[in-house]
Amino acid sequence: MPISRRSWSVDRRTILKSGALIAAAQITSPFVIRARGETPIRIGMVDPLTGVYAAIAQNEVVGAKYAAEEINKKGGILGRPIELLVEDSANDVGTGVQKTRKLIDRDQVSFIIGDVNSGIAIAMAQVTSEKKVLHVVSGGHTDPITGTSCSWNVFRVCNSTAMDANAIATTLIEKFGKKWYFLTPDYAYGHSVQASFEKILKSAGGTSAASLVPLGTPDYSAYLIQAKAYSPQVLINVMGGGDQVASLKQFVQFGLDKQMAVGGTLFELESIRAVPDGARVGWWTMEWWWDQPGVPHVAEFNAAMKKITGSAATARNWFGYASVQTLAVIANQEKTLDAPKLAHALAGFKLPPEIALQPGAPEYRAGDHELMSTVFVGEAHPPQGDADNMFTVKSPVPGDKAAGPVEESGCKMQWPA
Amino acid sequence: MTLLLLFNITNGLIVGAFYVLMALGLSLILNLSNVINFAHGGFLVIGGYIAYAISPYVGFWGALLLAPPLTALIGLAVERVLIRPLYGRDPLYSLLLTFGLAFMIEDGTRFIFGPQGKPVAIPPFLAQPLSNDLFFITGYRLFMVAMVIVAIALLFVLLRYTRLGIRIRAGTLDLETVAALGINVRMLRSLNFAVGIFLAGLSGVLAAGQLGLEPTMGTGLLMPSFIAIIVGGIGSLPGTLAGGLLIGVASGVTAVFFPAASEAVIYMMMAVVLLARPRGLFGEEGMMS
Amino acid sequence: MQSRKLIVLVAIWAVLLLAPYWMAPLGGYTALATRVLVLGLAAMSLNFLLGFTGVLSFGHAAWFGLGAYGAGLTLKHLATSTPLALLAGMLLGGLCGAILGTLIVRRRGVYFAMVTIAFGQVFYYIAFQWSSLTGGDDGLRGFARQPIDLGVFRLDILTDATAFYYFVLSCFALAVAAMGFILRSPFGRTMIAIRENERRSRFLGIPIERHIWIAFTLSCFFMGFAGALYALVNNFADPHGLHYSQSGDFVMMAVMGGMRSFWGPLLGAAVFVVLQDYLSSVTVNWMSFVGLLFILVVLFFPRGLLGFFQRSRA
Repeated sequence: MPISRRSWSVDRRTILKSGALIAAAQITSPFVIRARGETPIRIGMVDPLTGVYAAIAQNEVVGAKYAAEEINKKGGILGRPIELLVEDSANDVGTGVQKTRKLIDRDQVSFIIGDVNSGIAIAMAQVTSEKKVLHVVSGGHTDPITGTSCSWNVFRVCNSTAMDANAIATTLIEKFGKKWYFLTPDYAYGHSVQASFEKILKSAGGTSAASLVPLGTPDYSAYLIQAKAYSPQVLINVMGGGDQVASLKQFVQFGLDKQMAVGGTLFELESIRAVPDGARVGWWTMEWWWDQPGVPHVAEFNAAMKKITGSAATARNWFGYASVQTLAVIANQEKTLDAPKLAHALAGFKLPPEIALQPGAPEYRAGDHELMSTVFVGEAHPPQGDADNMFTVKSPVPGDKAAGPVEESGCKMQWPA
Repeated sequence: MTLLLLFNITNGLIVGAFYVLMALGLSLILNLSNVINFAHGGFLVIGGYIAYAISPYVGFWGALLLAPPLTALIGLAVERVLIRPLYGRDPLYSLLLTFGLAFMIEDGTRFIFGPQGKPVAIPPFLAQPLSNDLFFITGYRLFMVAMVIVAIALLFVLLRYTRLGIRIRAGTLDLETVAALGINVRMLRSLNFAVGIFLAGLSGVLAAGQLGLEPTMGTGLLMPSFIAIIVGGIGSLPGTLAGGLLIGVASGVTAVFFPAASEAVIYMMMAVVLLARPRGLFGEEGMMS
Repeated sequence: MQSRKLIVLVAIWAVLLLAPYWMAPLGGYTALATRVLVLGLAAMSLNFLLGFTGVLSFGHAAWFGLGAYGAGLTLKHLATSTPLALLAGMLLGGLCGAILGTLIVRRRGVYFAMVTIAFGQVFYYIAFQWSSLTGGDDGLRGFARQPIDLGVFRLDILTDATAFYYFVLSCFALAVAAMGFILRSPFGRTMIAIRENERRSRFLGIPIERHIWIAFTLSCFFMGFAGALYALVNNFADPHGLHYSQSGDFVMMAVMGGMRSFWGPLLGAAVFVVLQDYLSSVTVNWMSFVGLLFILVVLFFPRGLLGFFQRSRA
């Protein structure tokens, strides 16, 4: 029994693909789509291209870069071409802040995008607010970004943790029951997801217990033993990235998948790809899914991504894409680069279908600047047919329904005088 | 509660066994060559990726057999080219060099295999628990412990009964005399380094089945191995063995009562041990100064 | 000889004083210069111990990070005063270092390095785990450096990058002057004696352990001060600042610049920070280049850039 069932051709493709991806990132950072004559409008993107989030961050860059090419084909922003400058935050706050200042001070970018790491995203937002630069958070999930720490110049494409939790909680309760056990990473993101879940569970009359797990824990047996002792109906796995991969693998090896359901908010396609078939289980939310039959433009986008990366588009590809497209479309609509004006216009702005790539027209909610994007609730499984068909959407939940009332976000939007 | 505790102690021993494997390799290199190998986690990753890359041809068992020696070969080359010029110089330099090397290995694996983690499956009969009650004792974890025991036994035989091993032990105690006796110290250090890296490679193959195989996998495993060495006493291989098991159990038990401290506890243990026994549990006079 | 030293000194300060004016045309930016100063000070603090006492601490980032948290927590909870924050950061880093120093001063060489790494990680884990106080992995936020009231006028270091640079430069000058003063004192001479020959110093009746402890503690205080400045630079403190990889960077800066010279680490920090900043903009594989740099420096420039220049001149 081989470790991997992949054949040589797939293996080589993987290598070529990653090679191509890296080559692309090489050229793209700072990646230049130069103009004929016009001075380009610059967009700065800060993401952790190295470190534990490298895979998802690089996928955001791929999407953003593709968006920039598309926009330039259609005449750029205000008739000027755009130039995407990508910087590595190295998953370090100090570096992320430094790079943001560099992009704004030295490179004179008009917009900032980033970061996958919520902590860095908030630190960057401090800088962009101070410098009055429009800032789109592409992929950092914690609630404060569009909640207690919200700012007039910060808009977010990916969901808040509360949205994801709200969207799937009822499904889990209805399908499996009200006794839950949480495997929660011990930092703000984890706490915030768990709190969102607990609120709903409590109001439904359920009970729960939790293990707070230090980030980067290699072995989960100590926690899984406790989970089993509690004998829950659902194990909520809030772990992210490599931690989620390791904990799910061990969950399945312990045979616990036969005794309880597993699920949670995010099990991103990048992570599903990183686990063996046996661990491709559970109920999760996807924040965007490549297979949406009947929804316009999705297939084209997916095909374009496939051409670049060799595999289906991921939610991260779309985050990067939607971030850049949002900035271009609003600047072209308002015919200005002035950040306060654009921010006012973006508040309540509905994404057109070719950017939204999902049912309906999600808007950046005026009250907290969160994109009311559809949450795709569904089940993970080993590939069926297509190698990337490892998730089946069971019920798409509209973003505004998942987000709940704006007052609950805790955001008090302050506009500059 | 007692049952839970018992579970966790057993479990801690299983985890500890894994730290021991890492720590023994580090310890071997440290003792003979005075090199703190920061790239040890990197070699672990190399071992894991080699196993991933060759397993389509040779299967899981073949990969288990081949990946550690292949990793050791890479280690041997690294030792020849990069580490050898640094013997006899301030340990600062080898520390910095392996620190930089760890960077290159992480980035290199990301360059070759991509940033995305790789799915590594283990033989199905190992990937299930032995019984429903003792569900956390899976075939694979028992297998890991067995491999660790075999590795330790082989290492023991090597050090105790072979000429190479006797020389390594002698060199650890008094390198100058060993050299004066006409033994090729360079060769000795190279082979010793290779043995250490072999253990790292083996850890990598075993870890790949349990954790996610990705370029940053090694970093989190390096520190506990350091602590195992310090707790056990620098310079003592039995100490390293005891230290690894001890911190495994300690973090396993703490995870029951106070999970937030399950990592911190191993550092606290180190502080306590250093206060009570400055040379570590098994450290010998003269080893630390 | 004396006059050449003076010329060098004047040149260094001229370069530093004029940095905001020559950085921009060369493709730099003021915030980068500020970062070089702060990390340079940290590298010099480390080198105070490494280069002048000959003791390798590979966990010094812990004191740096503690300094950052000290400053941040002060600004956030105690008082909105920048000088007070700097003081608090320095004290936190220095005092923790002083206490731990007593545990480890008797180790030497590779073992000292190893124990300092491990203890440094203790503080890393505390910062990482104690989320309610430190913000955990997300870092400590919600504070900002405050304008300095000088009576006659207010120095707006919050929004004016150049003003902030000069503020950091004066702090840097203060710390460096203190460092230079100590090194010239009889105590400083003793440190060097210990570095050159510990056994002989011991026979001369010098209490080695106490001297190393004092040097270690002083170095921790300087480190804490640098860390506090770093918190002001970012308006943020996060656990990564305490991690051993940060320690590795500091050691690298010191070695690359030349650890036997007073100014070497600053040069090392400048090269390191600028190179990393540049490389990570140009290629996603910058880590390989930085790693390669480590290896090349160790193999070919073990005496650092300054050492290399001095030798080739001689």
